[in-house]
Amino acid sequence: MKIKPLQIVAHIILIIGVLLMVLPIWISFASSTHENVSILTEGMRFTLGDQFSRNYNEVLNEKGGWSEEVTAAKMFINSFIMALGIATLKVAISAMSAYALVYYRFKLAVPIFWLIFITLLVPLEVRIFPSYKIVSDLGLTNSYTGLILPLVASATATFFFRQFYKTIPDELLESAKLDGANAWSFFIDFLVPLSKTMIAAMFIFMFVYGYSQYLWPLIMTTAEEYWTVVMGMKIIYTESYEGVALPRTAERFAYIILSMIPPVLVVVFLQKWFIKGLIQTEK
Amino acid sequence: MSFLDLKNVTKIYPNGTKAVHETSLSVDEGEFMVFVGPSGCGKSTLLRMVAGLEDITEGDINLDGKLINEVDPSERDVAMVFQNYALYPHMNVYNNLAYGLKNRGIDKETIEQKVNDAAKLLQISDFLQRKPSMLSGGQRQRVAMGRAIVRNPKIFLFDEPLSNLDAKLRIQMRLEIKKLQQKVGVTSIFVTHDQVEAMTLADRLAVINDGIIEQLGTPIEIYNNPKSLFVAGFIGSPQMNFLDANLNNKTLSAENFEIKNIDSDYNGEVTLGIRPEHLIETENGLINLKVELVEQLGSDNLVYGQIKNIKDFCYRSPGNQTIKKGDTLSLNIEENKYFIFDKSTGKRVN
Repeated sequence: MKIKPLQIVAHIILIIGVLLMVLPIWISFASSTHENVSILTEGMRFTLGDQFSRNYNEVLNEKGGWSEEVTAAKMFINSFIMALGIATLKVAISAMSAYALVYYRFKLAVPIFWLIFITLLVPLEVRIFPSYKIVSDLGLTNSYTGLILPLVASATATFFFRQFYKTIPDELLESAKLDGANAWSFFIDFLVPLSKTMIAAMFIFMFVYGYSQYLWPLIMTTAEEYWTVVMGMKIIYTESYEGVALPRTAERFAYIILSMIPPVLVVVFLQKWFIKGLIQTEK
Repeated sequence: MSFLDLKNVTKIYPNGTKAVHETSLSVDEGEFMVFVGPSGCGKSTLLRMVAGLEDITEGDINLDGKLINEVDPSERDVAMVFQNYALYPHMNVYNNLAYGLKNRGIDKETIEQKVNDAAKLLQISDFLQRKPSMLSGGQRQRVAMGRAIVRNPKIFLFDEPLSNLDAKLRIQMRLEIKKLQQKVGVTSIFVTHDQVEAMTLADRLAVINDGIIEQLGTPIEIYNNPKSLFVAGFIGSPQMNFLDANLNNKTLSAENFEIKNIDSDYNGEVTLGIRPEHLIETENGLINLKVELVEQLGSDNLVYGQIKNIKDFCYRSPGNQTIKKGDTLSLNIEENKYFIFDKSTGKRVN
């Protein structure tokens, strides 16, 4: 087989792209297996060291924070719960509100949709004080509910679900009606299975969004048991170490590598659905 | 009161369009009724009102002795076959058929029994585990019918179900629908714009135009005795020939011939309608047709030609005749096989 010059160029571009994606992760991982001192003196590493189990063990089990109460493992769990809650509720709520907007043809459906849509212009950071006030008045600070609830509405997901539902032919609804389906069973038996690839995609986006939240958990939580990964990254390894202020770079890298695992797992798990949706044309 | 009773049913859409005008109609139990008309005539709207998919602006619909105006579609016990079948794409054939039964809370064994029976009847037993996307057009059509049959509804509604099929399959499915309906014996309403479909399927036919039933009757009644210009032009293939004429003192005078002793007291401008199959070749006939085009169908020929200023006049001749372009044929009308319509109102006058 002859290889065309254009193909070589294309492959070079792709390889550069892959390297750009993979190298930082590899460097982080390789560096996380060395001793702090060697990183400080010799810089980042491209090869594996021999401190893997020591570093990772320390990161997972060492108690950190001001009161030395929270471990990295606990923070991973916290972030995972928060992201899972946000992603699940975001997908559920936006799918349902899109259903209402498309299938209940009330007069205000379009204005309400645009009202939802312009909330995109008001991100959490802008409304952080009123949000905090409400959450604290409800007594939800330092709780999972407080971490999750203010973030569960999603204009983007509502928009995507709405556009998708609009492409579903009316006959399907009419046929289902004659088959005795009510509003709820049409949603569960038809719209949810038909949009499962979309649900998977939205879930991934929203999970990553929830997982990488920084400002909201920072303001919301005073108790260390509710700290999240992204907060921990800043706080947990900055204190002095054995009297000398030695940056614990290797452990930080280990922490970063560990923090990537939950979102990667979610993507890997849902990817099956993604590909299924791409090769099956159902509709 | 008959099985399905429509009384002065009217549909006005919110934008003011009047789709159906005060229509009254009765369908007997077990009858196969066909609504036929051009697109946009309101026939589908009428069907959808029976199904409950459109609100009724005015009038009453009774089904099996019960007023169903306000009854939810799911409670009406009607089944509908849609033009694009509207199969559930994410369910296999079995579940497509079973879905309506499940919603009615029927137990699993009974559902399985019913689905298998319906599948056998429609010869789709082999595809029960397949998704609709893996079926051919004819198979999908069968599944759509199976979904209707399996519920054993009071009435079947068909909304142009054959229009997505190719010509050969359409004729085959038409036959199957008719056979199936006779076997199952369920009251059916079938909407179509295809007059051949309408003629072949119907026990009775409602020809609809502009939201009004122009004529109601058995196919042969309507063919033999069309009450208006519209019905005459719509039913019959090839289409009836129309000529302008004058009717005075029981004498009809067209451009170059006359017919005397017409059974009508109407005087004035009329339209004369003659079916292509009601013409016979003869010496010294009324009409001289200059042949322009011959369509040979084998069993018979369709001859198109010109009579003076009238173009595309059609004559159906026996298939064994050889007629060529440029011939002049002398034709007579079979006795009393012509229709005269008031030119301004389109009403039949003879």
